[in-house]
Amino acid sequence: MIHKVVANADEAIRDISNGMTLMLGGFGLCGIPENCINALVKKGVNQLTCISNNAGVDDFGIGLMLQNRQVKKMISSYVGENAEFERQLLSGELEVELVPQGTLATRCMAAGYGMPAIFTPAGVGTEVAIGKEIRNFNGKDYLMEKAFDADFAIVKAWKGDSAGNLIYRSTARNFNPVMAMAGKITIAEVEHLVEVGELDPDQIHTPGIYVHRIFQGQDYQKRIEQRTVRSI
Amino acid sequence: MLDKIGIAKRIAQEIKNNYYVNLGIGIPTLVANYIPEGINVVLQSENGLLGMGPFPIDGEEDPDLINAGKQTITTLPGSSIFDSAMSFGMIRSQKVDLTILGAMEVSENGDIANWKIPGKMVKGMGGAMDLVASAKNIIVAMQHVNKAGESKLLPECSLPLTGVKCVKKIVTELAVLEIASEGGFRLLERAPGVTIDEIKKATAGKLIIEGEIPEMKI
Repeated sequence: MIHKVVANADEAIRDISNGMTLMLGGFGLCGIPENCINALVKKGVNQLTCISNNAGVDDFGIGLMLQNRQVKKMISSYVGENAEFERQLLSGELEVELVPQGTLATRCMAAGYGMPAIFTPAGVGTEVAIGKEIRNFNGKDYLMEKAFDADFAIVKAWKGDSAGNLIYRSTARNFNPVMAMAGKITIAEVEHLVEVGELDPDQIHTPGIYVHRIFQGQDYQKRIEQRTVRSI
Repeated sequence: MLDKIGIAKRIAQEIKNNYYVNLGIGIPTLVANYIPEGINVVLQSENGLLGMGPFPIDGEEDPDLINAGKQTITTLPGSSIFDSAMSFGMIRSQKVDLTILGAMEVSENGDIANWKIPGKMVKGMGGAMDLVASAKNIIVAMQHVNKAGESKLLPECSLPLTGVKCVKKIVTELAVLEIASEGGFRLLERAPGVTIDEIKKATAGKLIIEGEIPEMKI
């Protein structure tokens, strides 16, 4: 069994350098790699291109990297909850590429499946289609969208073992499995790191072959963006 | 004239037994509260959940369990969880029977605009472009006119499009309309107390009126 455990987030991200392209898992603040984001903020690498469904909030998640001026470009489907993001975008400091959410997920998936591109109907007839190849299959138009090419994918899982096998919990799964498959180097931070043999092979969501480094995360905040409860 | 809850109640009548349904943010989310008794429906949330349950009771919120609006929710017996690629896979392959979403504008050929206003901060399209490009049945919940009193049911959308020729039906505070295959808004029902003249005045696109137009039952 190949041993993939590193001591902590600092060691996991040690060779991430300026100008690289990173994938970061999560939907809103749910299932984001909190430890690695904090380590990236501490390390101060900049000019990063970040592929992530959202851009965090002002004081948490990728929002912390934005505050620290580390992000050159965001590739996301929805970036609505972040005032600093808006300021940097309007001032021209930050570039943004908005991608339909299903296209974003499937461009990750394509990379993980070794396919150079996908065809999707999302965005046909809209400004998303500008400059892209359109092919007609069975009477319907589809856009060609290319697989992402990321230097690192950084994901968060619930459980993982020292061989890199991962299990996610609830909707914190979201983009994490497809991004885990898509990085040239994939880093996984987990809430529970266990020895090989402790996870049931039938229950693994991401096979360890996709994961290069894994570590036991700590001090998870798991912030809730929209705490919504029902009255009884 | 209907309020938001009235629009949600009318749309809820469109949900058939054993439907898989994706609800957008805003009025569409309210539809879940008015699904008729005896109708079995499974709600899909595009962040990766089938079988979305109600909001949790206070103290039982789980930060790992949210819907696409990032609200804390619950699962139900029979729920399943999956990743974002599979979530849009089931949308693209039309396993989801019905999509209900809001709109800023709809055109008489079924184009929809609901993600971007030029000159304003763009938040992103989220999953809307994927949903409208693939769904087999799209119902739009929207206001018939904007705050300035201008029609949002137009010959052509003026705002950047989310999708083309995709809307099937529209429920507004004034009426239920469907997009005719030859183009145009075919009037199906009037909201309680609303006259045909009021609907004509509020509709800038081609309005098709055939025969008696019944008042909707809420």
